[in-house]
Amino acid sequence: MKPLFAICLASLILLSCESYPGQEAAFSSYKHELIHIANNKKQVPVEGGFFKPFFEVDENELEAVRSFLIDETPVTNAEYLEFVKANPQWRKSNVPRIYADDSYLKNWINDTVFAQGVLPDAPVTNISWFAARAYAQSVGKRLPTIEEWEYAARADESTPDATSKPEFTQFILKSYQNKSTNNREVGEEGPNYWGIYDMYGLVWEWTENFNEIMITGESRNDNSKSENLFCAGAAISTQDLTNYAAFIRYAMRGSLKANYCVNNLGFRCAKDLK
Amino acid sequence: MKKFIIAVLSCLFFVSCQQNEEPKEILSNSIFQLDSDWETQDGEKIKLASLQGKTLVMVMIYTSCKTACPRLTADMRRIDMEVGDKHSDETRYVLISIDPKADTTEKMKQYLKDNEMTGEQWMFIRSDEASTKELANVLAVKYKQISPIDFSHSNIISVFSKNGVLAYQKDGLEIDISSVVQEVKKQQKAN
Repeated sequence: MKPLFAICLASLILLSCESYPGQEAAFSSYKHELIHIANNKKQVPVEGGFFKPFFEVDENELEAVRSFLIDETPVTNAEYLEFVKANPQWRKSNVPRIYADDSYLKNWINDTVFAQGVLPDAPVTNISWFAARAYAQSVGKRLPTIEEWEYAARADESTPDATSKPEFTQFILKSYQNKSTNNREVGEEGPNYWGIYDMYGLVWEWTENFNEIMITGESRNDNSKSENLFCAGAAISTQDLTNYAAFIRYAMRGSLKANYCVNNLGFRCAKDLK
Repeated sequence: MKKFIIAVLSCLFFVSCQQNEEPKEILSNSIFQLDSDWETQDGEKIKLASLQGKTLVMVMIYTSCKTACPRLTADMRRIDMEVGDKHSDETRYVLISIDPKADTTEKMKQYLKDNEMTGEQWMFIRSDEASTKELANVLAVKYKQISPIDFSHSNIISVFSKNGVLAYQKDGLEIDISSVVQEVKKQQKAN
């Protein structure tokens, strides 16, 4: 009996000590445990397959993407507000600078109020990668990979892969020319083949592995794939506008740092398909 | 008897918790904000915050790397040699594994030994994939697995102040280390 008693007490002690980090919040330390929040945003399944990332060295090298779920629309201001209400450590006044630069939620007047004119159902922007990742975790999801995002973004309204259609490429390039599109409600334009809205024309989106994109000179050796990022960029004038559109996205990802908060960069979540 | 046990355990409780009492305020832009768990070459479990009060020089590598990492490692050793050991107890040169699955504690330890990095100022640490990615993104290090055994990655050496604020970064191979050495010395003198 005595040993059992001792074990119980010891567990209690361990428990009480373990709860200690929570108290550190008072010392402005980042509280890592996230409060789970309910979110009823619809996700749609995307059937996996193979595709050719635009700057592969080997023409025949295809990237495999497993079937996955992805949010129908980008995460909105209203949805993000629920997250910061439940997780005060991610509020504007609390977030550590190491996780988000000083443009974090720039369009919010304070911790829980948007500036006048900011639409609750517009995509949340001025969000860092760390913040987007924390949000995804709190709703039981994750960020999509670059490969998943690119794979899903090949679809137009009627086909899963529209990359060979010149008008689709024109549509994408045109959407990239529009400035200040972030303060529009999500889901206004029609969905693509998978039922996904706003892959183009609203905001750029974070991906889980954006930091795999390397600007030339950083890579391990001279034959690395990343070198081809700019080779592909140079090749556009001759043939491939589709690659040019992808090049813009890859170059944008390569220029980001994880604490950057930019006013036309938001995110949506993904999930493994079980 | 029970009362005695309670009393003893309570004392233990106070002693063990008291060590953590009065945490220093961690700056908002400090690397010590990270809560991730790390394992050293000796198998010791640490958090980055346990390095508070030490000037840090960090680089991300993996042990089976044949090209860039040996050169980065050599740069780290040269920096340590030029800085000198006057403040080595308050300085840590930290190698961080970008291949935590393959880099076991044994391999990390052997790597340090093979590169004559056995002084107390040397550390080699690893974590899980998500935490490794988080730290890489804090250091602005980009990396990608390009084959089952190889990664491409940025070659960045970072210097942190004693309170964990990024003070200096040098990007590239076979760099002129003098600016890094200068920065480390400066941080060692600061409070």
